[in-house]
Amino acid sequence: MDNGAPIIELKNIVKRFGSVEALTGVTMTVRKGEVLGLLGDNGAGKSTLVKTLAGVHDPTSGEVWVRGKLCKPWTPLAARNAGIETVFQDRALAPQHSIVTNIFMGREITNALGFVDTRRQISESNRLMREIGFTSKVFSPESVVGNLSGGERQGVAIARALYNKAEVIVLDEPTTALSLTETQKVFRFVEAVKASGRTVIFIGHNIYHVYDIADRFFVIDRGREAFEGEKAAFTGADHLIQMMHQLAETGSADKASLRLTA
Amino acid sequence: MTETATAASPAIPAIPAIIDNRREQSALRRFYAVNGRAVNAFIAFVCVWLFFASQNWMLFLNPGYYGSYLFSIPPSIIMVTALVFVITAGEIDLSFPAVIGAGGGVFMWLMIWGLPVIPAALITLLIGALLGLCIGAIVVYGKISSLVATLGLSFFIVGIVNFLAQGRNLELREAVGTWGNEFFVGKWNLAGLQVPNHFVLSLIWVALMFVLFRYHRFGIRVQMVGDNPNSARQMGINVERIRVGVFVLSSVAAALCGVILVQSANMVWFPLSGKAYLLPVLAAIFVGGTPVWGGVGTIVGAFFGALTIGLIPSGAVGAGFAGYWTEFIFGIVIIATMVAHRFSGGRVS
Repeated sequence: MDNGAPIIELKNIVKRFGSVEALTGVTMTVRKGEVLGLLGDNGAGKSTLVKTLAGVHDPTSGEVWVRGKLCKPWTPLAARNAGIETVFQDRALAPQHSIVTNIFMGREITNALGFVDTRRQISESNRLMREIGFTSKVFSPESVVGNLSGGERQGVAIARALYNKAEVIVLDEPTTALSLTETQKVFRFVEAVKASGRTVIFIGHNIYHVYDIADRFFVIDRGREAFEGEKAAFTGADHLIQMMHQLAETGSADKASLRLTA
Repeated sequence: MTETATAASPAIPAIPAIIDNRREQSALRRFYAVNGRAVNAFIAFVCVWLFFASQNWMLFLNPGYYGSYLFSIPPSIIMVTALVFVITAGEIDLSFPAVIGAGGGVFMWLMIWGLPVIPAALITLLIGALLGLCIGAIVVYGKISSLVATLGLSFFIVGIVNFLAQGRNLELREAVGTWGNEFFVGKWNLAGLQVPNHFVLSLIWVALMFVLFRYHRFGIRVQMVGDNPNSARQMGINVERIRVGVFVLSSVAAALCGVILVQSANMVWFPLSGKAYLLPVLAAIFVGGTPVWGGVGTIVGAFFGALTIGLIPSGAVGAGFAGYWTEFIFGIVIIATMVAHRFSGGRVS
């Protein structure tokens, strides 16, 4: 297939909140079928960049292109319709409501008059949850999300992201506050999503985690791109970490240390 | 990614089942988990009725006693069920009494101008919707707290209505008994019970609100917005539009109440006709089991809440209490039901 072709292109994205410039001109390409690791220190602009990818932030200036088409206006709905699903850091769930209501949040199955087909939503959730092995005898699609554990809530958010067979899945800090086994599950999940030919954007604090899982790294610092590179360009996770230390201390990284890739 | 050797990898990955020792819930518990607050509100209504009836069985078992109750309760029922949407969305609308007054006035002016009852009522509902759109737009796009904004707008609307009416009542006695008037407030006899048409109308309204709240995209999204507005926005819901929508709904309901109030008062309108509804209606929402924190609500519960609060003034007198006990009983009922609702669980987050 056309693996490696650009699927999302951010062109010179600037995002300003009042007088604070969170992103000062980020240009980024996401290629089909890759796992892109997005790295950066706290306050570097990772969250803003993720929310821009998800359509939550409409950039102050700059353009978002998906599959070679300029997307304007760029809203959460536009992003979802373009096949970009995001698992937000805060999971973006409605805790007082059922799993099924959460899976179909903003995307209810309705008839022409807008009435929700509850039965179909439940059977679809059942099918989806069985498919990804997210089942248990203690919760059903009708269980209230607020009564689930952190890992289970993560499962709901992931199930929701998978429902539409979206081409791009953005995982914002998916391993935060998860146990070791749950973290392993998330890793296996990312590998399986990649194996199914889809694209994953993985954001994390833990550089070892991100290094293990990603094919390519995109590092931002102070609202702009610091450096990017294929995994093959690094000698190992420590190389990446060393470059990020350097970046934090001196404001620029030694890009010459990256191996040239074909 | 070093090794993805498996040739036929699954389309979607499997997440291993989570070991858990919580027990599965019975069907009854599940029903209560979803409808507990409505059940509590129903029980509250039955308890209040039993308490009054036990003081005077003869009176409370006589269907004739409930004629005036059914005649006066419909505006509360209509208003309470519409306001469930507002509260669930995490907002509050204190401007509805002003809109009730304005709606009645508009209806009366249209009637005096020569329109028959039904067209005048429909135009009034439309104007109610426009008024709600303005109120909602000011609250939502002005980014003002709905508590303060609707309080201010309430004074503003009452002020305009008073100015236009010059503080005077309007009446149109000729319209009493016309076909359109009968459509709204005509009565028919059901085994000794005088059932007014506007009570039937209010039951149809409750059914509509129930379906809208539970099975329509709008109602579901109102609940999502109230539960977690950030999540709703991130999932592509137009949070602002939903918030404006609940104010439109509440103002349409208020306009309908205005129309009904004028008709049930023999075609007399007075500018402050909505004022008496503010506190009883707000009390009825919460007695009905819709929590103050938003995200969830119950239409059926609100219906019983309205019935309970509406029963207290006449019920207290019928049970032989002096009229000044009414407010005391209001207080007891409100506090007792709020405690009862605690048993169906606090907020999960």
